[in-house]
Amino acid sequence: MDLKKASFWGYKRENGRIGVRNHVVVLPVDDLSNAASLAVENNVKGVLALPHPYGRLQFGADLDLHFRTLIGTGSNPNVAAVVVICIEEQWAKKVADGIAATGKPVAWFGIEQHGDHDTIMRASKKAKEFVQWASELRREERPLKDLWVSTKCGESDTTSGCGANPTVGNAFDKLYPHGTTLVFGETTELTGGEHLVAARCRTDEVRKKFQFMFDRYQAVIEAHKTSDLSDSQPTKGNIEGGLTTIEEKALGNIQKIGRQCMIDGVLDKAEEPTGPGLWFMDSSSAAAEMVTLCAAAGFTVHFFPTGQGNVIGNPILPVIKLCANPRTVRTMSEHIDVDVSGLLRKEMSPDQAGDALLECMFRTANGRLTAAEALGHREFVLTRLYESA
Amino acid sequence: MIHFVVHDEGDSVGVVVVEGVKAGDTLTGWIMDQDREITFKSASDIPIGHKLAIKALARDATVIKYGTDIGRVVAPIGVGEHAHVHNIKTKRW
Repeated sequence: MDLKKASFWGYKRENGRIGVRNHVVVLPVDDLSNAASLAVENNVKGVLALPHPYGRLQFGADLDLHFRTLIGTGSNPNVAAVVVICIEEQWAKKVADGIAATGKPVAWFGIEQHGDHDTIMRASKKAKEFVQWASELRREERPLKDLWVSTKCGESDTTSGCGANPTVGNAFDKLYPHGTTLVFGETTELTGGEHLVAARCRTDEVRKKFQFMFDRYQAVIEAHKTSDLSDSQPTKGNIEGGLTTIEEKALGNIQKIGRQCMIDGVLDKAEEPTGPGLWFMDSSSAAAEMVTLCAAAGFTVHFFPTGQGNVIGNPILPVIKLCANPRTVRTMSEHIDVDVSGLLRKEMSPDQAGDALLECMFRTANGRLTAAEALGHREFVLTRLYESA
Repeated sequence: MIHFVVHDEGDSVGVVVVEGVKAGDTLTGWIMDQDREITFKSASDIPIGHKLAIKALARDATVIKYGTDIGRVVAPIGVGEHAHVHNIKTKRW
């Protein structure tokens, strides 16, 4: 596929970033605000509430990550406008101010001294105003470089490593020279292949930062493990699919970064990249956590290879699923956007598989709903670093 | 028809990519990196996605896949036999 003049149709946001969706989001800062947020979603059609179970009594780096994830989610260019609801006004304002730095419309509401009814009424009125405003925004044609693409695989099996993941790698190798912004992560799922990732870092400084993130996560595993993790990493699904060890899983995982593109920088969880290129983001390997972090870091389209059939989606980030396992493609076809099982029968070349994924990426960016979107998968899962105070 | 794939010719295992492989079946394998085909006899029933040994592996041997170490052998594995959690363990964690 010749990508030199490739373009897509997206929504230009106030800060110049380009979105491929046009969501109006109701964002609860904490668990207590979920009920009001869902009520607003029910009152105003076309509004998307993002309920989650956290936000109370968090502190330190864990609290910083909470705010970074919420503000990043609201700031994502796939979101047109945001209504923030929090039990306390001060933190509603803090999150709203963070999002407002992008220039997009944001309103905030505190529940205390108002109650749910009054908050829901006021927030619903604002949400209706935002939805009607957003519904008049129009897509414009934009160059490929304006697309930010993330990847993470899930319920992997051995076909992931020889089919679906190398297809993402082929697509990444094709996207990279055109100034796109790309990210991968899953820190512990590089275990056994970390030397291969380190060798792909563009500079010693990037390599040092990657190694720091990798070692930091290994220390978490070492501190908390009660076994060799063979009951949870690889997962039961991975083992059912034929993956035997974390090393085997990691070597399959790493196929997603292709053979040519270099790692230009390293990000902490939910941190936004500062330029184009391939980024490594320190992250959990749990699907919904990682994809939520990608959305919070500003990515607008996601490649999700699966082997055994992970069904994950995200509320604001379209998740494109590809699969090379013919059994999964047959038994779970409603979840698969790109069937690359032909690769393993030699009926499809890696190049053709990469092009099929890119074609789906352009259609998705232009507005076609992914399987996960059509099926209503909206997994929004915040990463926690430790206990609440 | 391809029944199993091998990433690299130095690998000790291949991955079954069709359903219903039974012990005694003659299988065609595709070595992807070198684009070469090999033929093997399966010594076990092997589910899709699971590995078969294409080299005999003694206890404590290192299993190679993608040209890289993926773990150690904890019970001997004969050529064509099912290679998985019952005879291979991680070297990490």
